[in-house]
Amino acid sequence: MTDETSKQTKQMELSERLAVLKKNKAFIIGASILAFWVFSAIFGKLVARYDQDFADYESISSSPSLKYWFGTDSSGRDVYSRVIIGSRIIIVISFLATLLGAFVGASLGLTAGYLKGRFDMVLMRILEAISAIPVIIIALLAVAAIGRASSVITILIIGIIFTPNVARTVRAAVLGESELEYVAAAKLRTEKTAHILFREVLPNVLPTLIVEFTVRLGYAIFAVATLSFLGAGLEAGSPDWGTQVADTWSLIFSEIWWPTLFPSLAIASIAVSINLISDALLEVFEL
Amino acid sequence: MSTTNIPTLELHDLEVSYTVRGIDRQVLRDISFSIAPGEAYGLVGESGCGKSTVAFAAMRYLPRNGKITGGEIFFEGKSIVEIDEGDVAQLRRSAISMVYQNPSTALNPTIRIGKQIAEVFELNGASKSEAIERAQAALVQVQISDPAQVMRRYAHQLSGGMAQRVVIAMALASNPRLLVMDEPTTGLDATVEAEVLDLVRELRRDTGTAVLFISHNLGVIRNMCDRVGVLYAGTLVEQGATADLFNNPSHPYTVGLLRCIPRGGLHKSTDRLDTIPGTPPALGTKFDGCVFAARCALVDDKCRTQPPQMVTIDGAHVARCFHSDKAGSLPRSVEQIEYVPEAKGHSTKVGDTLLDISHLSKVFTQDGHRIRVINDVSLTLGVGETLGLVGESGSGKTTIAKLVLGLVEPEDGGIITLDGKGLAKTLNRRDVQDIGGIQIVFQNPDQALNRRHSVTRIVGRAVERLRGFSAQSSIKRAHELLLGMRVEASLHGARPVQLSGGLKQRVAIARAFAGAPQIVLCDEPTSALDVSVQAAILNLLVDLQKQDQTSFIFISHDLGVVRYISDRIAVLYLGRVVEFGTSQRVFNGPFHPYTEALLSSVPNIDGSTRKRIPLTGVVPSPSKPPSGCVLNPRCPRKEGSGYEALCETEEPNLTEVEPGHFMRCHVPMAKLKQLQS
Repeated sequence: MTDETSKQTKQMELSERLAVLKKNKAFIIGASILAFWVFSAIFGKLVARYDQDFADYESISSSPSLKYWFGTDSSGRDVYSRVIIGSRIIIVISFLATLLGAFVGASLGLTAGYLKGRFDMVLMRILEAISAIPVIIIALLAVAAIGRASSVITILIIGIIFTPNVARTVRAAVLGESELEYVAAAKLRTEKTAHILFREVLPNVLPTLIVEFTVRLGYAIFAVATLSFLGAGLEAGSPDWGTQVADTWSLIFSEIWWPTLFPSLAIASIAVSINLISDALLEVFEL
Repeated sequence: MSTTNIPTLELHDLEVSYTVRGIDRQVLRDISFSIAPGEAYGLVGESGCGKSTVAFAAMRYLPRNGKITGGEIFFEGKSIVEIDEGDVAQLRRSAISMVYQNPSTALNPTIRIGKQIAEVFELNGASKSEAIERAQAALVQVQISDPAQVMRRYAHQLSGGMAQRVVIAMALASNPRLLVMDEPTTGLDATVEAEVLDLVRELRRDTGTAVLFISHNLGVIRNMCDRVGVLYAGTLVEQGATADLFNNPSHPYTVGLLRCIPRGGLHKSTDRLDTIPGTPPALGTKFDGCVFAARCALVDDKCRTQPPQMVTIDGAHVARCFHSDKAGSLPRSVEQIEYVPEAKGHSTKVGDTLLDISHLSKVFTQDGHRIRVINDVSLTLGVGETLGLVGESGSGKTTIAKLVLGLVEPEDGGIITLDGKGLAKTLNRRDVQDIGGIQIVFQNPDQALNRRHSVTRIVGRAVERLRGFSAQSSIKRAHELLLGMRVEASLHGARPVQLSGGLKQRVAIARAFAGAPQIVLCDEPTSALDVSVQAAILNLLVDLQKQDQTSFIFISHDLGVVRYISDRIAVLYLGRVVEFGTSQRVFNGPFHPYTEALLSSVPNIDGSTRKRIPLTGVVPSPSKPPSGCVLNPRCPRKEGSGYEALCETEEPNLTEVEPGHFMRCHVPMAKLKQLQS
């Protein structure tokens, strides 16, 4: 009986799982925070109170007040507005980078897990080598090579660095799936390998992939913020959070903490929200 | 037998509910029975009827979402419903033990066997060295040879039968007054099952422990228990002494259940299996009347509105039915199919050889060892015929199926011809016609049907690929096939998850028939199903065969099922065919010694006793097969046959001992006949 019941929960319909997800507190909190940032990224101008480049030379480095909620920086720009508007860059870049990593990683993981054998062996060793390379060093080298920071390069680098992790996770799931008899059944009706991979196996490892995607997205936010802090991530002068922290952190010693604190909190809040979501997904999909 | 009158366990109007997604669902209603000291009480029923819940309740071990909502449980006269956790733990430590279905998960994989058993003794106050000694004695008690050596092993180093013996030894370590056994032999091979059951019987005689024995297998219950209770939808529908209940079943459900089983002697050519129409109610269904009313052929208005009470049939034999007097004459329920066969392009007629397998071998390489799992197997299959493959786990049944399908590549020299045409060794070198011509129904429909696809898609896609139909006509044909397999139109859009086990298997059968196959391999197609569903699936297969002249290769460990459906049978041992002949010959003898042992290990449902021919020892590893005849170390007929030396040195060939009956044995048939009479 207990075997039966556990089997039944494992076979819960997707719609039922989503219903459970909607009741999950961690998910609600995480999704609300993320929704706020995504909204800001899309409609930033509506939420912001001033233009990102508007400078009030009367009140340079003024502390948080009713007029400037998060204070102003050393150029007299409104920190609140810049934090809101800065969300777009970091979200778009980390999302695209993660998407790239997930797409390439999932394709490689599916193929390796399904074909097994020598292809799998060689591919996984190559991916292991890639995952041994530190993101920051590659990014700095890239900046040195092309002479300037570029968001496209950042997306490519983070995407490639994430590929092995995604590939490994997907491969593990596919290894289990491909032993199941529905795969043999597909072969027995002359399906091509590509069809088996993408139409038969992929839908069954999708929950794993989605969770891995959110986990990676969290890391991507950190990576983008770190790179732009180092000046190696984005084009110079972007109003993104990493650059803001980089531009202002030395002022902390003059007790001007607000231009640094608020972008940092923004980074932390979005990273936490994504982690809450991925935890909730893990729990609901029982992975 | 004890002298006291107080029953060891007594349940009185027990009610249990599970809370599932916030709603209380009642799973047990008014369960009352008692087990006297030394008595074995059998609880039988199909999956989901609440058997295990009774066991868990009796041990106060319900899952966290389960609670006792009414009634009483008395253990030796004392109520245990309200006692606190400490007392419950004390009870489980010293008075009640449980043996679960799966021995490999019941043992801790990281602790040596000896220490695991010793822990139980230590828990009951023995010193360390004393506990070790007693652990060894416990292993002797459960008839494990070389116990000192087994004590040093880990769980994964034991075979299934050995592991279950160890679990039983642990359960008995506390010298319990009640032993709860939940499907203790399900999942074990027939010969191992027989040994474990023998052991339980002996231990019961020696220790006088009361046993609550739970099983879905009526044959096992019949042979193991003094009294039986039949459970349906959480309600005890019939109870009585084993012989009374089996000889005079008085509840329509019991009658139906007994009729579903392919009993000895029944064959598809003359007998159609009965089924129980409908499906068991979902967990927590509320009933106004009788729980079985919806599926009962004797139902009337009273049954639907008024819950029946237990009626006395004869002494202690009771049944919960208004019409218990008529139950024995329950009308037979036989369902028909409306399958539309497709005109086939092949010119064969019934009886012609369709599939010819010759000298098929398969060697797997594992950790550098070459393991010959299939050794020189030759078989033939006629048009419209069913070939049964039987043998214990590891005998190579499923590998043969995979070789025939082309999923696994045979070694050089093996030839498979279909309808006179040689088949390529692997699937990707076979053409669509060959692939569509040989299809399979897998054992576990949960794994065989893609859980993300709809039923229509699963079958339709197979039609599309194998028949070359357009997408639209594929869907039309898929619906035709599904309706023919009695899968209602309203379910065609459903995912497999939403279907019951029987329906899933019907979908799998529809898929196998999508390509108008000449041969369908059935790999244990009913072993994951309840007996009433099994009967319906077997009927379906037989009907399909009659209408389409499809040939089957039917793999099963259930000899009753194989006997019912097969025309010819091949018995496999260690990747070799040891006996091959008509169903009649193989089951009526003279037998190959292995077949003889296998047949004698099946518990008989009619209660007749026969002498068990034991196979000693364990199945040898196919990587190191014994010299000579591979069966010789375990052979029940070697000693005294006069051929001992030959058996140990030379492997016998598969020879025709009488027309159409092949055997791989040195002992001549006349001698075997004499030994077996």
